[in-house]
Amino acid sequence: MTLEAYLTYIILPILSLAVLLVFIRFLLGPTLSDRVISLDLLITIGISIIAVFSIIYNMPSFLDIAMIFALIAFLSTVAFAYYLEKGKRNE
Amino acid sequence: MNDILIMIIVSFGALFILLAAVGLLRMSDFYLRISVTTKAATLGVGLTLLGLAMYFTKTNITTNVFAIIIFLFLTAPISAHVIGRASYFVGVPLWKKTKIDEIKGKYDSSTHDLLSGFETEEELQEKGDKKEKPNQE
Repeated sequence: MTLEAYLTYIILPILSLAVLLVFIRFLLGPTLSDRVISLDLLITIGISIIAVFSIIYNMPSFLDIAMIFALIAFLSTVAFAYYLEKGKRNE
Repeated sequence: MNDILIMIIVSFGALFILLAAVGLLRMSDFYLRISVTTKAATLGVGLTLLGLAMYFTKTNITTNVFAIIIFLFLTAPISAHVIGRASYFVGVPLWKKTKIDEIKGKYDSSTHDLLSGFETEEELQEKGDKKEKPNQE
């Protein structure tokens, strides 16, 4: 079994299943904070999927997008936390 | 040989990410869920990216990969701490079987200042004065 076939038929379905499970929590999430961390984890798994695609198609330039995803995940979580706390304080 | 090593590392990474997803779904409390996303998922993504770095053995790509890994390892605990702190102040409930809540009563509900528990009386009074002044104006 070549590396490309292994990644395509075993690793990608595992990662897709993980995305599906996280998305269930994103829909269920009792509070807004649960949804924020689900979104964070979705983007983090997205980085991993980009890495696997980059090996399969032999395209290292996909990594720039993975880097931007890492930046966006951090910024969005911090911004959500900031406005969550600020909104509560002004009440 | 190199391919088999990459397969093993990427498999461990995918396994950690799957366990993180299951943990996020099954954990009973928001504060338990944070611990899953910040530890297991970060390790899984780090291992997957390490496999990528071993596949492309050029210096520029490997540097890029390690930049992403270091950035993730630095920012995951920070974002988890920030969102956990904000959620505690907003009032996200703890699990009903939680035994101990150590910061209960140790923070100021209006200014969100955490107290260490070792303040003297004067320091507490100063903080109280600072808090009252904006209200009087």
